[in-house]
Amino acid sequence: MIRLEKRPTPSRFWGAATPVVAVILTMIAGGIMFALLGKDPVAAIRIIFWDPLFSEQFASYSRPQLLIKAGPLILIAIGLSLGFRAGIWNIGAEGQYIIGAICGAGFGLAFYPSENPLIFPGMVIAGLLGGWAWAMIPAILKTRFRTNEILVSLLLVYVAEAILASAATNWLRNPDAMGFPGSRNLSRHPGTDNPELIAGTGMHWGVLAAFIAVIAAYVLMNRHVLGYHIRLAGQAPRAARFAGVEPNRLVLLCLGISGALAGAAGLFEVSGPAGQISIDFNSGYGFTAIIVAFLGRLNPIGILFAGLLMALTYIGGELAQLMLGIPAPAIQAFQGMLLFFLLALDVLSNYRIKWAREAAA
Amino acid sequence: MIDPVTLIVALIIVSTPVLLAAIGELVVEKTGVLNLGVEGMMIIGAVTGFITAVETGSVTLAFLAGMAGGMILSAVFGVLTQLLLSNQVATGLALTLFGIGLAALLGVGYPGSSLPPVPDLFPASMQAIPVAGPILFSHPLIIYLAVLLVVAVWFLLQHTRTGLVIRAVGESHDAAHALGYKVIRIRFLAILFGGACAGLGGAFLSVARVQNWIEGMTAGAGWIALALVVFASWKPWRVLLGAWLFGGISALQLRLQAAEVNVPVALLDSSPYLVTIIVLVLISSDRARAALNAPAALGKVFHASG
Repeated sequence: MIRLEKRPTPSRFWGAATPVVAVILTMIAGGIMFALLGKDPVAAIRIIFWDPLFSEQFASYSRPQLLIKAGPLILIAIGLSLGFRAGIWNIGAEGQYIIGAICGAGFGLAFYPSENPLIFPGMVIAGLLGGWAWAMIPAILKTRFRTNEILVSLLLVYVAEAILASAATNWLRNPDAMGFPGSRNLSRHPGTDNPELIAGTGMHWGVLAAFIAVIAAYVLMNRHVLGYHIRLAGQAPRAARFAGVEPNRLVLLCLGISGALAGAAGLFEVSGPAGQISIDFNSGYGFTAIIVAFLGRLNPIGILFAGLLMALTYIGGELAQLMLGIPAPAIQAFQGMLLFFLLALDVLSNYRIKWAREAAA
Repeated sequence: MIDPVTLIVALIIVSTPVLLAAIGELVVEKTGVLNLGVEGMMIIGAVTGFITAVETGSVTLAFLAGMAGGMILSAVFGVLTQLLLSNQVATGLALTLFGIGLAALLGVGYPGSSLPPVPDLFPASMQAIPVAGPILFSHPLIIYLAVLLVVAVWFLLQHTRTGLVIRAVGESHDAAHALGYKVIRIRFLAILFGGACAGLGGAFLSVARVQNWIEGMTAGAGWIALALVVFASWKPWRVLLGAWLFGGISALQLRLQAAEVNVPVALLDSSPYLVTIIVLVLISSDRARAALNAPAALGKVFHASG
């Protein structure tokens, strides 16, 4: 008979080890899934996790992709992690990402064809504000009316997608595109472009912003009283209230920061790798970032590594699609599985496992 | 311009998947468990139901397969949250993300497959009755079962001993445990029931309503179902009301789009979601009513010490 005994404090060893074990278990379970699809599991895992970085044939293309894909994931996940720590669940980052991209792109296109160097910083600010404003809807509804922020932020993703569809086909459509949907290309126009900063690395302004966010979040969580309040509110809400932490202020702050960062991520994407507002430029980063935040243990440094790993599965997944004909959704299932294993293994850091005799109970 | 009879018929059909998922989730939440994976279970039900309908040609088997699919996925949630004591919010999200991916994977190659027709319960002569015929008698069995399920859940929760135990577990798992009730077993069974309902809702969506498999076809229906439970203040009858409200808005906006009214398409497309949010705000702003019926132990991890 197995019995769980609560640890007085979570185990530090298992806290660090669970992501690694979860990745290994996901590789095994994913291998089984690929075998069921009739593909060679060992080759599939190698193509996903090894070839994008080290194969002579593909690495030159896929290495820069690593930062391109990790950038938005890390930027969004950092924002989400603050709220998740405080027990404030913004799961609508995908919507904030879309609205940020639309606002930023709209700002840039309003000055078209100017190439003024101030336009791009303005676009970034517009993106931040757009994502922030979209996240303020669930935040204000929560603080004013106690409406559940999980449901509102998520439902707003579908509203954002409807707005995106009308932007791409109607009011942001490229007037010179002869009726084709999609805005003007931002990345090929100087002034509105988010270029590769160091050739061959995939580094663009959004990746830089993600690195800055990691450092800022690290300082905030470990050195600033606000970080302490966030952690306190998550672990002991009652104690936090006695300590003078204003729950409504935390809701506005956490949702606001995560919305702004998601909005910025959307702007960097649409002015760089995606290039334009199109009906499906958003590729689910806002949802995958939830997995990144948990895989990184809601810790800034952990999120950095988790974002890179998740980016690797995206790139490796595309490669596996090309080489082995593994269907694209397999990777999404694979990423979901990773979160399952991670959550399942968490029991090891919070509880001690005891093998007790039946009679003793 | 818009025929009220066909609108009501469409309302009933559109509301059924959400109604099924919501009534299942209501029972789950009544035992104190918050399963945010409804969207994932629905879409798995949609794909397993669709595949079964295409491969076997049997609609009955398709609905059973949808239930089984949702149930299997909910069992994963049950193991993680009840046996491994994981965070319910995170695990529910994982269920949705995984479910959407797995459903897309299973459904590769199936879009556009031809399906067996879903038989109507009543003969054509009854459907020919003006007004009442199309509204009351023109539906497949599942639609009537869904309404009966609401009645059954209401009766179970309000008038039976089992319902009392379910509510006790949801109000205070420690007290229920001290009285000797198997908290984990009861919650696990409720989770499986919720999974079966969500899966059936998904299967109805793909096999009966849309009659096709499209990636991501649930389009937030699972989240709307979750919102309906809150809207209903955990009362079965109100779930029915909420589902009809949602179905009415969805059916109406599609008709308005077809009629090319002078309203932005984005606004019409998002109207079911916006109305859901507005209704949620109205309900939760009434502090007394919102708190009255919410299970006190909702979302809390139960760990029997000793």
